[in-house]
Amino acid sequence: MVDLSVDISGLKLKNPIMPASGTFSEDLAEVFDLDRLGAHVTKTITRGWRDGNPTPRVCEVNGSMLNSIGIPSKGVGAFIEKVVPFYAHYETPLVVSISGNTADEFATLCSEVSVPGVAAIEVNISCPNIEEDGKAFAIRPSSTHDVMRKLRAATDLPLWAKLTPNTGETSEVARAAEEGGADALVVANTILSMAIDINTRRPKLGNLMGGLSGPSLKPIALRMAYQCARATKIPVIGCGGISTVEDVIEYLIAGASAVQVGTATFIHPTIMLSLIDGLEDWLSNQGLSSVKDLIGSVIDGEQDESVVFMEAAP
Amino acid sequence: MDDVPSIKAFELPLSVKSNEPVNGEYRLLVLAAPHDILKRCRAGQFFHLLCPQAGGETPYLRRPMSIYGFYPEKGELHFLYKVTGAGTRALATLSLGDRLNVLGPLGEPFTIADDWQDLVLVARGVGLATLAPLALEANRLGRRLTAICSARHPDYLMSTDYFESLGADVITLTDAEGTSDLDNLEKVIEGLIAAGRADAFYTCGSNRMLRLLQTIGERHGIPGQIALEQQMACGIGMCHCCVRPFTRGNRQVHLRVCREGPVFDMMEAIAW
Repeated sequence: MVDLSVDISGLKLKNPIMPASGTFSEDLAEVFDLDRLGAHVTKTITRGWRDGNPTPRVCEVNGSMLNSIGIPSKGVGAFIEKVVPFYAHYETPLVVSISGNTADEFATLCSEVSVPGVAAIEVNISCPNIEEDGKAFAIRPSSTHDVMRKLRAATDLPLWAKLTPNTGETSEVARAAEEGGADALVVANTILSMAIDINTRRPKLGNLMGGLSGPSLKPIALRMAYQCARATKIPVIGCGGISTVEDVIEYLIAGASAVQVGTATFIHPTIMLSLIDGLEDWLSNQGLSSVKDLIGSVIDGEQDESVVFMEAAP
Repeated sequence: MDDVPSIKAFELPLSVKSNEPVNGEYRLLVLAAPHDILKRCRAGQFFHLLCPQAGGETPYLRRPMSIYGFYPEKGELHFLYKVTGAGTRALATLSLGDRLNVLGPLGEPFTIADDWQDLVLVARGVGLATLAPLALEANRLGRRLTAICSARHPDYLMSTDYFESLGADVITLTDAEGTSDLDNLEKVIEGLIAAGRADAFYTCGSNRMLRLLQTIGERHGIPGQIALEQQMACGIGMCHCCVRPFTRGNRQVHLRVCREGPVFDMMEAIAW
């Protein structure tokens, strides 16, 4: 019997597989038993009503996806009234993803969603910061630190900071989030991208640009998860392009304590169940009794020359 | 608050029984499907199909496709489609015994109110595929049915024999014969109304037809339903990719085609 349970800064999960925000909702309960998952992670909510971006909101690119949904939200009131009671039917902990236009608005929302039934708050600091001319909070260490400090003061619940790959300062941002009070890091959100229809010469997304997700994102997000795990002492939750058990295992070896599965659920709605079962089988076949034995087990010391097979170009 | 939802949609691989052209533009895909899936299907619902990789093309997202027919007694699920892009090109390569991963049945179906005795189906081209199972349901309920089928050419008229076999009066309009223009369509529909043969309209796919039916519906107080299409990612309501605007009261709302639809109140739909 393999122990799949993991601990995210005191929050116990029965397995390390959970959905990524924006790719999960109550609707999925009509396809499988949601209590199989390690955690439930909601779509990002905002304080007030948001309609989201113009259509088309999605297009596919070479085995991956671009989206510009634009965080449609019914607001915090409707969320607490309707969504939180729905998840109370399940034992699986509920993680609420939130977003705000300013640090103060973010903190107010953080306080408002700190209600019974919510186990942790995932802060989507990858969204535009209106006070910083639209740049995402998590692009820079200073704005990451500032917003996390305000969020930390606004709630006693565990705070998971969802980082953006649209930064050149991954480790610095991760440390700033930790110092600001994050209990865990979710690494990472989508990469700002674009696609153009060559026949119409128009961008394929109504919002012109959007976020890349799916298998293309994985090597980049995996690298970031590795960097963040080395740069901080708080748990890292890997997110980006996971669609196979091997992907899950890679993230865990890189240092992630758990993973989030996003776009792959659009392709196979039951994939998270396959990943849970597949991970258990793989660990068992490896003779490992706990998934914890795998976390951060990457061998990243000096490479043995005998396994270096690429020759220098002439 | 209801209890925990029951399982309503299924992801499973189905075996291809046939996949043949029905005319120069359309193909009929017949899948062998379990009885317990087929008995859940309703007219107007759709399946989200995981198109295979074929011919160097790799369709990534699933493709929504309305149910053309579902037959629990035969164990068959039918889709009528036109080859237009990478997904449908890949679907066209499927042959006997191949497996196709499907997710469904999904979405809100057509409804037929108790006092809608005379139904008018109006559609063009492949839009008729979506209305075909509605005709079967209308026949089962003993409602009178008129199917106005429009196409570019008489050779591309779809399902007219099928509608006739269900007792429908079929009216065909084609570009080639110069009968499919909106003015003529309006005359045909007004004729049905004058004869007391139009309690409700059902349509699918065409912007111009929607506008016309909304105008006629408002003029005579005749309700209707429309099955809409939109690009989708998840197909079950999670991603909010497939929203469209609708008019409710005095305000505009965005609704998900996959979840709140694909069938909507015809008067609430906003033409595009």
